Amino acid sequence: MNQTPLKSNSRLERILAAGQFAVTGEIGPPKSHDAGVIREKCSQLKTYVDAANITDNQTGIVRMSSIAAGILIRNEGLEPVIQMTCRDRNRLAMQSDILGAAAHGIKNILCLSGDHQSFGNHPGAKNVHDLDSMQLIRMFQEMRDNSQFQCGEEIKGGGPPLFIGAAANPFADPVALRPLRLKKKAVAGADFIQTQLIYDMDRFREYMKKAVDLGVTESVSVLAGVGPLKAAGMARYMRNNVPGMSVPDHIIERMEGAVKGISNDDKKARMQASRAEGIRICIEQIEEIKEIEGIAGVHIMAIEWEAAVKPIVEGAGLYPRPEVEN
Amino acid sequence: MIVADQKPIEDIRKMLKGKKKVLAIGCGTCVAVCFAGGKREVGVLSSAVRMATELEGEPVQIDETIVQRQCEKEFIEHLGDQLGEYDAVLSLGCGVGVQTLADQFPGTRILPGLNTKFMGGPTEQGVWEERCQGCGNCLLEYTGGICPISRCAKQLMNGPCGGTDEGGRCEVDPDTPCAWFNIWERMDALDIQDQLMEIQPPKDWSTSRDGGRRKIVRKDLQKPKLDEGS
Ligand code: SF4
Ligand code: SF4
Repeated sequence: MNQTPLKSNSRLERILAAGQFAVTGEIGPPKSHDAGVIREKCSQLKTYVDAANITDNQTGIVRMSSIAAGILIRNEGLEPVIQMTCRDRNRLAMQSDILGAAAHGIKNILCLSGDHQSFGNHPGAKNVHDLDSMQLIRMFQEMRDNSQFQCGEEIKGGGPPLFIGAAANPFADPVALRPLRLKKKAVAGADFIQTQLIYDMDRFREYMKKAVDLGVTESVSVLAGVGPLKAAGMARYMRNNVPGMSVPDHIIERMEGAVKGISNDDKKARMQASRAEGIRICIEQIEEIKEIEGIAGVHIMAIEWEAAVKPIVEGAGLYPRPEVEN
Repeated sequence: MIVADQKPIEDIRKMLKGKKKVLAIGCGTCVAVCFAGGKREVGVLSSAVRMATELEGEPVQIDETIVQRQCEKEFIEHLGDQLGEYDAVLSLGCGVGVQTLADQFPGTRILPGLNTKFMGGPTEQGVWEERCQGCGNCLLEYTGGICPISRCAKQLMNGPCGGTDEGGRCEVDPDTPCAWFNIWERMDALDIQDQLMEIQPPKDWSTSRDGGRRKIVRKDLQKPKLDEGS
């Protein structure tokens, strides 16, 4: 085991440093101040994942602050990965928020451009984009490693101990640029990457091969994004409407096959059969992902279906989660 | 050029409510070329307002004129003599034109007839697209001559977001090409794609509108002033 000192000592970092296959999950905060919602979702993920992402006004919809929700789950014993988009804050707010988050013991941060506000519930809002995600990664890296603010001024008492993450969408256009963009994020200072949902394993293998050849995985831990499909319709919708989403026909056929022979009227039985198949596919995909060179873990996105995380993690042989020394 | 669009006629009528006599002033430069505020558009808009207000029983008399460049004092000074007889001026110049009129004629109500949209140009017949936001520190040398500040919905400086749609469409609007897809294509064709691996540092926005109102002073072109004033 190499003995390089840890950057943040977060649980996620320790799992990865120990060479363990990491599992992260995702929690979407409520459109209210109801802490109970967060605690409920947290109880379904806790112990099954090493850390959980807290989305930041995802799809441009106002929700409870990711840092505040992160503190709530941290208090419940689940480690948060705070997502931060460049859409809503300028460099002053980003630095001030990360200092505040670090003061609360938050260590993992995921740097994102952010969905455009036109998709959300305040389409007339002004967006910020003072920095882009690459510059955000670099800024946090310099805060941590050089104890300096973006302006170059010293952070007295040292920079915040952060474990810096970024996202990657392997199949979005221009496809040839995507592995290079991943590399650029690594160079900017990302410690880990979580990918967009992957259903097309063949294409993902090709992408990862390029990433490995570029040397990206030497400095960055790549967590492949997976998520259980609820129904064939959802799979088709994602294939047709989500940029860079590649859902192979055989996956859609399996989801369709799952409800064959069940009467259209028996909605409940159809739903159960289809969801069970979605979970099975997800487990099989994790098994395939484990074999891909350069992969350090999975990021399970089961937003509004947190209950699926337990059977997936158990089914993929990833439970119990390893204990890593603090 | 500056590209503008006429305000909806209802908005213009609302602005003109209660006015009896109005002078509509077009501009013969940018907004004429983009068919928003040239001689012809001033004519069409004025007759539409005349007709509508007549039908309503509150007719507004609209006279029409055009200047070559509404954004420069020298081109509008001569209008001063006639403005006294009007309740208001309806400018069909861009926002700069409207304000130049307002600066020049403090005693006259100046109303905007256009929505000034952007700096850009025509890309096909009947289509204009934004090309520059006047950020004050041009970075086109790093992006293959394509501006991500004005053409990327997120003003990204280091490559595309994850939302670029198939075939290189922007996630925000399927009818708009993704600026970064175009930048990539162009730099790839020029074989300078490795420049994209250089991390562009955070932009200094102080040269943009964030730094406050901007002005350029060219001492070499200024007239020597005898009296400096305050
Ligand atoms: S980089 Fe700035 S100055 Fe250059 S075209 Fe874009 S907005 Fe205009
Ligand atoms: S799709 Fe392209 S142009 Fe649109 S926001 Fe993303 S990077 Fe910018």
